[in-house]
Parts: sequence; structure tokens; C-alpha cells
Amino acid sequence: MSEAFYSIALEVNGTPRAGQVTARTSLVDWLREHLHLTGTHIGCEHGICGACSVMLDGEPVRSCLMYAIQADGHRIVTVEGLQGPDGRLSVLQDSFCETHGLQCGYCTPGMLIAAQALLDSNPQPTEADIRDAIGGNLCRCTGYQQIVDAIALAARRMAEGTT
Amino acid sequence: MSTGKPASPYGYRYIGTKRRTKEDPRFVTGRGRYAADIALPGLKHVALVASPHASARIASIRTDAARALPGVHHVLTGEEFCAATDSLPIGVDALKVTRWALARDRVRYAGEWVAAVVADSRALAEDAAELVEVEYEPLPHMTDAEQAMAPASPLVHPAHGSNVILHRNFVWGPVKDEFARAEHQISFRAIWNRNATVPIETFAVVAQWNPGTEILDIWASIQMPKYPDQTARALRLPGNAVRVHYDVDVGGSYGVKRGLKHTVLVGYLAKRLGLPVRLIEDRLENMRGGDMHGPDRVFDMTAAFDSDGTIRALKIRAVDNVGAYAGRAPFQLGKPVGAICGPYRIAAIAYEPISVLTNKTPQEAVRGFGQSPTNFALERTMDRIAQFLNMDRIALRRRNLIRKEEFPYTIPSGSTYDSGDYHAVLDKTLAAIDYPALVRRREEARRGGLLAGIGTSTCLEPSGGNSAFEPLLNPKNETTTWMDSCLVRIDLSGAITGIMGTSSSGQGHETLVSTIVGEILERDPAHIRVIHADSLNALPSNSPVGSRMAIMLGGAAAGAARHIRDTLIAIAAHNFECATEDVEYRDGNVSLKGVPEKVLSWDQLVEISHRKFHRLPPDIEPGLQAKFVWEVPTGGGLPTPDDRVHIYPCYAFETHIVYVEIDPETATPSIKEYVCGHDCGVMINPDIVHGMTYGGIAHGIGAALYEQFTYDDNGQLTSGTFMDYLIPSALEVPPIRIVDHCTPSPLTTFGQKGSGEAGYLGAPAAVANAVNDALAPLGVEVNALPISHLAIFEALSTCSAP
Amino acid sequence: MKSPPFECARAASIEEACELLHQHGDAAKIIAGGQSLVPMMAFRLLRPNWLIDINEISGLKFMAFDTDAVRMGACTRQCVVARDDALAARVPLLRKALAFVGHAQTRNRGTAGGSLAHADPSAELPLVAQLLDARLVLRAKSRTRTLTASAFFTGPMTTRLSPDECLEEIHWPAWREQKTGSAFTEVSRRHGDFAIAAAAAQIAVDDEGRCTRVAFGVGGAAPTPVAFPDLARHLVGDRLDNGKAHAVAQEAVAALEPESDTHASAAYRRHLAGVLVTRVLQQAYDAARIAQ
Repeated sequence: MSEAFYSIALEVNGTPRAGQVTARTSLVDWLREHLHLTGTHIGCEHGICGACSVMLDGEPVRSCLMYAIQADGHRIVTVEGLQGPDGRLSVLQDSFCETHGLQCGYCTPGMLIAAQALLDSNPQPTEADIRDAIGGNLCRCTGYQQIVDAIALAARRMAEGTT
Repeated sequence: MSTGKPASPYGYRYIGTKRRTKEDPRFVTGRGRYAADIALPGLKHVALVASPHASARIASIRTDAARALPGVHHVLTGEEFCAATDSLPIGVDALKVTRWALARDRVRYAGEWVAAVVADSRALAEDAAELVEVEYEPLPHMTDAEQAMAPASPLVHPAHGSNVILHRNFVWGPVKDEFARAEHQISFRAIWNRNATVPIETFAVVAQWNPGTEILDIWASIQMPKYPDQTARALRLPGNAVRVHYDVDVGGSYGVKRGLKHTVLVGYLAKRLGLPVRLIEDRLENMRGGDMHGPDRVFDMTAAFDSDGTIRALKIRAVDNVGAYAGRAPFQLGKPVGAICGPYRIAAIAYEPISVLTNKTPQEAVRGFGQSPTNFALERTMDRIAQFLNMDRIALRRRNLIRKEEFPYTIPSGSTYDSGDYHAVLDKTLAAIDYPALVRRREEARRGGLLAGIGTSTCLEPSGGNSAFEPLLNPKNETTTWMDSCLVRIDLSGAITGIMGTSSSGQGHETLVSTIVGEILERDPAHIRVIHADSLNALPSNSPVGSRMAIMLGGAAAGAARHIRDTLIAIAAHNFECATEDVEYRDGNVSLKGVPEKVLSWDQLVEISHRKFHRLPPDIEPGLQAKFVWEVPTGGGLPTPDDRVHIYPCYAFETHIVYVEIDPETATPSIKEYVCGHDCGVMINPDIVHGMTYGGIAHGIGAALYEQFTYDDNGQLTSGTFMDYLIPSALEVPPIRIVDHCTPSPLTTFGQKGSGEAGYLGAPAAVANAVNDALAPLGVEVNALPISHLAIFEALSTCSAP
Repeated sequence: MKSPPFECARAASIEEACELLHQHGDAAKIIAGGQSLVPMMAFRLLRPNWLIDINEISGLKFMAFDTDAVRMGACTRQCVVARDDALAARVPLLRKALAFVGHAQTRNRGTAGGSLAHADPSAELPLVAQLLDARLVLRAKSRTRTLTASAFFTGPMTTRLSPDECLEEIHWPAWREQKTGSAFTEVSRRHGDFAIAAAAAQIAVDDEGRCTRVAFGVGGAAPTPVAFPDLARHLVGDRLDNGKAHAVAQEAVAALEPESDTHASAAYRRHLAGVLVTRVLQQAYDAARIAQ
């Protein structure tokens, strides 16, 4: 059975992107293999580890559980889109560097997406809010402590207006 | 957490200070370069056909339908593959237990790979894999080690003649006498059920054969000693025909990323097909057939002790279910010999390790290499002794912990603990958690109707990994070399580069090397670049295993940097026409002592080295580079005739104190407080060390409460996805506090001890002890990990219902 | 774990979705949030030839507040359901249940209808639907019918949804009694995991603290979520104390025959169900007593 190709057009990290995909191509595979945005990672392909998290219309979703065709007409932001236009690290990214909220870096892009979404909607999260927001992102390196520290630091810095 | 930069507590300029790592910036921008990110033109993809049976004869394999699918390039079976490549090596003396990536004639575990499909995409390869028709004749299987040891049980490898591939009886010290003299004795069983550190990135390998240069290039998510050599050997290639690119980022390993079988398979396909080939394990392949499970161990512990709590002797029988094949995993019964009595003064130990084959997935090296299960068994023993004597568990430990004045301390099995102040760390931890207040909190919780418990563990993290246990467990193997190395070069522009010869999986080696080189050369580490060589141009390394890199790579970086510094001093002295004792090195500039105007700057010295041969001392090489290769300190010795050997050089120490509450009606545990006291000597970069300790504790909490590879009566893995293999999230891992202590090692450059396995080695023991303290008032205990909700419920059900 | 091959059609309306279902029959499946469906495709446990994507049908994403019920489009995202304060005032169990559903990413994409159509016996929204006896509107090309939740759920992952039908709307009963309290609780191995057992209750009381309306149920302990309308009716007119809550709970769970699996034995599940029902009855009652 030869698979049909579908045209898709969507916005990725602020830029219009288009492609031809088979129906079964997952969003994460399309981002990685077709757009060469390899910052989003695959950990389980069954919707548990969160490494594949991206923003869909501003909200974090698991891109391993979406087919690329479903993203047609929507807005995606990946870890590559979190920096400032001049390439400066976002407050959140920089905070992760400050507290060493990562080690191998594999869960980090998904973690940043989940954390950014939290800070976008809740600028003064409690520790419980933070742990809840990243509850769907598994990490095996850090024990989460320095990640929680990073997100709390980012929230403080954003509140203080310091970058 | 503060953004200030406090001075180093050890008096160094860079070492011990809070510094951002070199690695973090690329990862937070999504610019890591993992094996799955390597794009090669014409890359093909592999999917595996796996056995559904735990034990069966392969009657036939038909690949026509699979090969006919458009986009499929090849379907490889064991018949071709096992004839064309050599068996993967086994560490213990059981040479008939052979192993290949693909089964031939027989499958020995559910999930074993039977065929490999190569196609234009992974999706097509999976489609084709479903079309491969394998006819099996099921055979009897077993997954229980005791059953496998029984005389009439079916043999996993008939050629070996038994299911036991290792069985030793070690007796160190006067065990019989101590047991005879002891006032009391207890025996019990502790079970460490099968789990592993399961990284979020699965194993991935890309291979490409270049027929023009006859080199096989490999990019892999690897953490393994001797990887290029063993790959070449299995592929029947000379060692210098394999080039492993160590500059691939590895998405976590904690021991398990030793995909030798995957690599030989993919390497063979790449060469055979003349195409670059990639295998990325999907999670199903990884959990069932990736051969990355960890220890699966039953301990029978017997302790001999006196009424005052002095422990005289231990008897330890450890039966480990290694699975259907074995590489180095059985040695995880041997490494703990180097800390077999834990941090305690125990005069005599008998140790009987047994490694057993069954029809389970094969094991691989897991963080700690067997030390964490052993520490769990030891620490449960401590609590049970305390319970028997009605003695405070902390007091019991105090009595038996080796005292500061006793170091260096040689244990009965032959290892010498380099340094430590266990009582100080214990005290610091007790103070940090406010132990008396914690006890009051526990009592109040109990009065309120909860089950509540405090658990402690005081454990060792042996560091400076080497395989001195190898000749101990397999006298035919006389490996005693465990070196590591570093090359440091200063280029024409004066920029410093450090070169390491192995891979990294989150340990911050680039930061480690640059900090140390910067310290010695007195130059800012921020400008020091550290790169990973490939296996053809690398100096020899034995990989980050056994918490060894701070010691070994750190020591090598320091050694190379010292050579460079000495060279700069020699050049300056030569140019000032004075002795080397008469010059002063500061920040890379060298001046005549007492005459500061007479100075050669860093840039000038670099110029002389690279371009002004006429100003170079006669015995100095041109250019500015130095290598340093060294053996693990205390290494190089074989075991004595009475089975004593010094294993690891350095001993880090941890004290965990955990407070747990359990809802007695729902049997659900919750960790409410967690403090870890940690002493790994000098910390080169505290954030890196703390990070790995927190992570190790999280791994330990997983092993204690959540994670298990479970099997059913059909020999099927029933926790082969993340729905059933339960990795703790930020909602299961509590906030953790670490308190640091420093007893430097006398054996290392800066007094650093290794700490990559920190936290994991003591956490399962402490959590288990906390749960058992909570259950103690009801007179029940659980000595098998993980302590699931169900296990707690069943323990509670055995009490007479109120 | 790549999905097996399939073709996909994005329906612009419910009519179009039903037309496609009619055309393709058993060979087609509806895809909404995909949080349950796509993993099954990845495991190759499901191999439809066609997926009909209903995510873009705006007509399926709405909430309308009627007197006695809230009508909800099947494709309303779980995160939207959880956030809506007006909904929380009228059907308080939904927000409480959703606190236990997966994680943020799951709820951002998962839909109310998707969870009900998937019908996992330990899932939270099916339990709420069952105990409130929500009504489900099932649409096919040439007919529309409404089933109660109790008629809809028939077994594990099994409902009365025909292959040519799409779940279109859910009508959640909204109690108008002033003094109403509700509670939802569950025990799972980790946060966000499927429940080992779950329980929920909603109780209305009069000014003297006597129950005027009661509903409660259990999830994860039977082939479907289970409500206990008869036992609930018997509580009307009574005040509730812990002893009574416990007795009712024991009676409720006595007839259950839960499954055993890696995470829990049948005995543990039944025990948990009893404990959790006792707790939610008590919590819902106490909340109703102090409600304004």
C-alpha cells in the first residue's frame, strides 16, 4: 500500500513552514527529520516522558502523540524558538544555566517548554505549582531539585525585571 | 542558588567555586548533538524482529514478504550474522555462554532479537519487521534463579552444562571464630528486585563503512570501556579500522549504555550493505531487548554481634539472576567486595556470590555496579540488629562506624579506605534535619493515626573505578590496567584546548577539565575549550564508570597542565639565563623573582614555543602541548592467594536521613523530608556534584518504591513500557537538601574523590529503612524492593485487623 | 514505535465526520486529542485504515449552560473544562476529577469526549459521567441518539458507540440544590497515572443536614466505572456520620470483583474502593453542610 502525501503549512518558531508528509508521520518526527529542528527529543513515543513537549498554540503538548498533519494551520514553538531574536538566552534558559538545572540535556527542551508555559500563565508559581507543571516531564539525571530552583529563579528575575 | 560567586572553600581560585558549566548553554538552546541527530546522506534505518517466547527453538525464518516491501534493503538473520562475526565477550569464566545480537537456532528470552530489517525509514522497517515469519518451537523456560540452580532445571546454555556461571565462596578474616564468640546472631533475606537506571534517551548507534579508507565510523550513545576494541574484535577488524566519535552527546547512561551488540549489528550491516545504517532503539526494543536491566538479587544475610552492638562478623550470600546472556554484568557481584562491610569496623566477612542464567533479559552495568543493592542489604541488617537489641539505630551505627583516626583503614577483603570522617558527616546530617524535631514530628504523626518512620543509611561510594574485582572473580583474567589520560595544547593564538578520549553523558567533563587546567595554568577556565577525541586519535581511556573521572580525568588534566606550566617556566628561565627556581609563574606570565619588570608574558612564551626555536631550551619540544596518561592510584595489583585485593582507591561517604508517612488505610507512602550528608572530598564543581547526587537519590527513590522489571508465568516482561515501569516525576521526588563535608583523599591531585554514583548508593537503603520504621509498631516489615503500595497493603493485612 | 500506515481526513463538520464514518465503517476511527489513541497506534494495537480528525470542528468545542445541565461539545479540551469557573460552579466534580488526569500536556490536548469514548475503567471522567448519569449524544450519518452513561459503558474500553457513530455532546447534570458538596479522590502509583481505585460523590443536604440527593461511584474496580444509585437513594433522608459512610461503602464494594495486575491485587483494589468511598461520602457531606 503506497502512502499518500499531505501538504501542511504551519508556523514554527514564528516562521511559516510547509511540507509534504505521510499521515502517520508524527509531529516530532517531522520537526526533527524534515525541519532538522533536532532540539525536540524522543524518549518513549507513548506519551509519558515529556521529552517531546512543544508549544501548540501557546500550550505544551506531547508532539509524539500528534501527527504532523494535525498541526496544519497551527502555531508551534520548539526549544529553538525560546531564545530572543538576537540569540540571547531567555531568562528561563539562562536560569537553567545558573542553577545547573540539567546534566545530559535530553529532557531539557521539553522541560523548558513546560516551564515556559507555566511562567507565561502563572508568573509567581509556588514550588507545588512548579512541580505540578513539570510533573509530565521525566528526568533521570537531576532529581528535579536544580530544575525547580531554575524555574523559581526565573520567576523571581522576571518579577524583578532583571534579565 | 544565589548568583554571587563565593570564594572556594578549599582555597583554590576556580576549584570548588560556583561556576556555570560549559555544557549547559548548548543544551538549553536545543543544540545538543545526540546520536539520533547525526544526519548522513543515504542513511538507512533498522528495526528488530523480537522473539515472543522466553525459550524456544527457531524452526524457520521466512523473509520473502519482508524483503519484497518497497523501501526495504535487507533482512538479516542469525544464520548469516553469527557466522560472520565473533561472539561478544563474557567477563566470567564461562566461555561457552556465547552471545550475538541476533539469535541463531534458539531464543533464550522474550524480546531477544531474531532478525534485523534495514529500510529507507524506521516506519517502513517496522512494517517489514511485521512481515518476517518466524516459526518457533517453544521450550521450557524459567525466570526464577533458585529454580534455575536446581539440578534438573532446563539449561539456558546447554554447552555450559549448568545455569550457574559464577559461584565463589570468600572468607575474609576469622568468620567462624567471630560467630562462635558473638553473643547474638540474626538471619534474614533482603531482595533487590530487577530495575535499572533507564535513561530517557534509548541506545542509538550510526555506522558508516568507508571502503576507500577501510574505516568504520561509529556515532553512538555510549558509555563503555573498551568499546572500539570489542566492536572491532567482534567484526573481525583490526582495532584501527574502527573510529568511534566520542563527541556525540549521550542522553544519560548511569552505566547502562553499553550497546555493544547493537553496534556490532549495525557495523556489520553498514559494511555489508555499503550504506550508512542507524539503529535507534524504540522504547519497546529498549526495555525488553536492549539488555540494559540491572541487578536482580536475593541476599541472605547473617550477622554476628554482641549486646553492646559491636558487630563481629557477617555472612552474605548473594544470588543474582543475570538473565539469558552475560557480558560484564556478573562482575556487579564482585565490585562490592571493595566495600563489603560498608563503612563499618567488622573483623570478618564470608561472601558467597552466585550468578545465575535464566530466561530473562540480560543485565548490564548499572550505576554503582552492584554497590547499591549491597548497601541496601547491609543497612537493613543494621536496622534489624538495632531492633533485635532494642538499641537506637543511629547509636548502633555510631558504635560500628570506622573512626576518623583509623584511616587509612584496610577492610578484611583487602581494600583500604583512603580517608573519611563518618561521624562528622552523620552529625552534620542529623543537625541539618534537626533530628530531635523530626522524631517529635514522627510521634505526632503517629498519634494522629498515620504510620510514620525515619530511615537512615550510612554508606560508602567507592570511587576511582577499575576492574580489580575481575581477576578476583575470574583468575584466568589478569587485567590490572585502568588508565585515563588527557592532552592539553596551547595553540599559536595562546588559546588552551584540553582533549579527552571518551564520551560524556551529563557529568560535566568539559567543565571538570577546563576548571582543573585553568587552576594549574592560572588562566580563566571560561576560555579553555575541551573537546572529545575519536578513538583513533584519542589517548587511552577507560570511560566514565565507577565514579572515576574526577579522579582519573581530573588527575590527567592536572598532570598535563603541570607539564605545560613546567615548560613555560623552563622557557622563561632559559631566556632569563637563570635557574627555574629563580622565576615566578603567575597567571601564565613568568618573571624573574624580585625583578618583576623582567617578565615574559603568556603570549610571548607561546610565540617562543611555536615560532622562535632559537629561543627554546635544548630539551624542550617545539609547540606547546603535553599529554598525561596514568594508572589508577592503588591499581596494578592482583589478588592474593587468600582472595584479598585492593579494589577502588577512594571512598566517598553519604548519610541519608528520610522521613516517610504512610496512610494506613490506603497503604500509600509519601516522603516528607530528605537530607543527605555527602563527603566526596574536594568538589571540583559543586553544582555538578550536587546535581548528580540529587539525581542519584531520585534513582534510589525509584528503586525503593516504584521501579521493577516484572515477569509473568510465561516469562514475559510485564513492565516493558513507561505505563508500567514507573519512573518518578517531580511529584514523587521530594525536595532534597544536601549538606557537604570534605575529607580530602590523600591519593588525588586536589583531594577530590569521585561522586558520579552519589545518592543512588544510599537512597534505597534509607527509604526502605524509613518505611520499615513506619511499619515497625505493627510488627511487620518489608525487605523486598520496590516497596509498592501493594507490598505495604499486604504487609498491613498480615496484622490482625483492628 | 511508528504508527502503521493509514490515511487521514480532517472533518470540517460533524456531518462530514459522520459521512466519512459511514463510508469507511470499521476501517475508520475518530481521532480527537489522541492521548489514548496514538499510543495504541504506536504499539500497533490499533490499525485503522483511516483516521478522521475532528479536532478542527468548532461546533464540537463549546459549553452551554442550561437549567439542569451543562451541554459540552465532545472536543472540548480537558484543560478548558478544568479552567472554566462557571462550569466548576455547576458541575464541580469535573474540575476535581481533572486534577487527577495525566499532566498539563495531556489535558492541553485530551478532550472530554475522547476520555469517555475510550472508556478506560479507571479513568476519571467516565467515573464522573457514570455517577452523575450524564447523557451522551451519539451522532451518525442518518440518526442521532442519546444514551445515559450507565447504558453507554459496557466493559473495559468498550461502549455502545457504533463504528459509524461519533460522540457529539455530553450533557452533564447540574444540581440546583443550594447545599451541595462533592469530592473526588483516587489512589495511583504516581501522580497522573491511571487510578488503582478512584471514588467520587456528590451530596445535597437540607438545612437540618439530612441528605436530599446523593450520588457516588467507584472507578478502577470493575469492568466499567460503577455508580450505586440504589444505595445512594437509601441515604436520602439520613444524616451521614463516619460509621454510616463506612457501612454504605462496605456494602457498595462487597459485590465488586476487581482485577489483579502488576500494581494491585483484587483484594487491595476492593479494600481501597471501600476506603475511598467512605472518604468521599464524608467529604461531600461535610462540604454540603457548610455550603451556602
